[in-house]
Amino acid sequence: MRFVYLDHAATTPTDPEVVKEMLPCFTESFGNPSTLYKIGREAKKAITLARDKVAVAIGAKSEEIIFTSGGTESDNFALKGVAFANEQKGKHIITSSVEHHAVLETCKFLAKNGFEITYLPVDKYGIVDPEDVRKAVTDKTILVSVMQANNEVGTIEPIAETGKIVKEKGIYFHTDAVQAIGAVPVNVNDLNVDLLALSAHKFYGPKGVGALYIRKGTRMMSLINGGHQERRRRAGTENVPGIVGLGKAIELAVSKMEERSKQLTFLRDKLINGILDNIENVRLNGHPEKRLPNNANFSFEFVEGESMLLNLDLVGVAVSSGSACTSDTLEPSHVLSAMKVPIEIAHGSVRFTLGKNTTEEDIDYVLEVLPPIIKKLRQMSPLREGLDLNV
Amino acid sequence: MYSDKVMDHFQNPRNVGEIENPDGVGTAGNPTCGDIMKLYIKVNDGKIMDAKFQTFGCGAAIATSSMVTEMVKGKTIEEALRISNKAVAEALDGLPPIKMHCSVLAEEALQAAINDYNERLTKKNNE
Repeated sequence: MRFVYLDHAATTPTDPEVVKEMLPCFTESFGNPSTLYKIGREAKKAITLARDKVAVAIGAKSEEIIFTSGGTESDNFALKGVAFANEQKGKHIITSSVEHHAVLETCKFLAKNGFEITYLPVDKYGIVDPEDVRKAVTDKTILVSVMQANNEVGTIEPIAETGKIVKEKGIYFHTDAVQAIGAVPVNVNDLNVDLLALSAHKFYGPKGVGALYIRKGTRMMSLINGGHQERRRRAGTENVPGIVGLGKAIELAVSKMEERSKQLTFLRDKLINGILDNIENVRLNGHPEKRLPNNANFSFEFVEGESMLLNLDLVGVAVSSGSACTSDTLEPSHVLSAMKVPIEIAHGSVRFTLGKNTTEEDIDYVLEVLPPIIKKLRQMSPLREGLDLNV
Repeated sequence: MYSDKVMDHFQNPRNVGEIENPDGVGTAGNPTCGDIMKLYIKVNDGKIMDAKFQTFGCGAAIATSSMVTEMVKGKTIEEALRISNKAVAEALDGLPPIKMHCSVLAEEALQAAINDYNERLTKKNNE
């Protein structure tokens, strides 16, 4: 059976070129980068090279890059690091209601520890209005955190504009760029950000490694204390193979971005149009144009997301769903809720995220297998157009 | 995460659809919770002769709906009332803990269908 992987927003396969660069770090240059002898120096050099690659990719200086265990740690570090180092100035943080849980749960933690959090609303496409950010700022605000691109619906936020406002106010600005790297241009100066989180496995790098960009001069507290690694900002022996993989992956992702985005946009639009034209009572979630080139998120009315996901899996198609039944909270997606998608429709959402290896045949296959699945589930469903079972 | 039996009933659900002129119809859940089940029964001489369902919900909701219709067929009303959500889940070789509420849905829909049947019966006897 054909296997079509369309969950690249969850994770991507590691590029063989990346694996090739990583391999010697396990067995040959395996030294601890903090040691003075040859294999230690080799490991140290490998980290330095990787740091330079990450810095070049996002328009930063090498000393502004701190390696972490991934996007979640980077977001935690950015928020807690700024919050606890600047609380004497104020305890107010602004974020959006569509952030990744890595940001939202960290904000919840900070709220429990005496910080006040403002969650900005979004429009029906999931966009945070920069003017709302301006209005939310008080003299106690120390940090604003808005993601660059949404992981569920793919909407791209006007970060540069928001960043300009935040900069004028003299407040720190963090963006979670985990979904943006390799998909859209990411430059810390163009975006006017002080902090930026990224994760290797979202752009064909290995899992378990990421980075946080910290603009020079940003007052930060470190989360992980110990040795002198990462300029004492993140202690612990470095994940050398991971860091090397991250360096190679981001170099490839940025150099191939234009070409890949063009191809992904073509395939994504073929999928979107194919679904909208051939299936009734379906809506596209997220912004029609300002969206990631690889993301197509739909709500199919009268059917539930998990049952679609399982049926697609049975024919070899891997996707994800914002349905409550695929989460452990039984709440439907907070992103769709913030976009005011009606709850019963949010339950029927499915996210398709394409990747560099996705082919036109893959899209044709999905367009062939999906309509009968929706038809079968709708025939089973007691819900119909115009029928209100709540009465 | 799901047992083979759950996947079997999810892939090949038994007794999907509506019964024309049913003797009892019960609905449980609502679309905003993401699960809704409608159960139809046909009763003869106090025995459930046929059962059909329509469900909007996840894999577990569809599988429990299918299983409960299989379990009630041939049972008396009294016997059917004793079918618990646990029994439905056990018949499916278990459900993940987070999905146990789906089996509650099946039990509730069955009880609602039987209540509807009893009400119709009382009404008929009073006429």
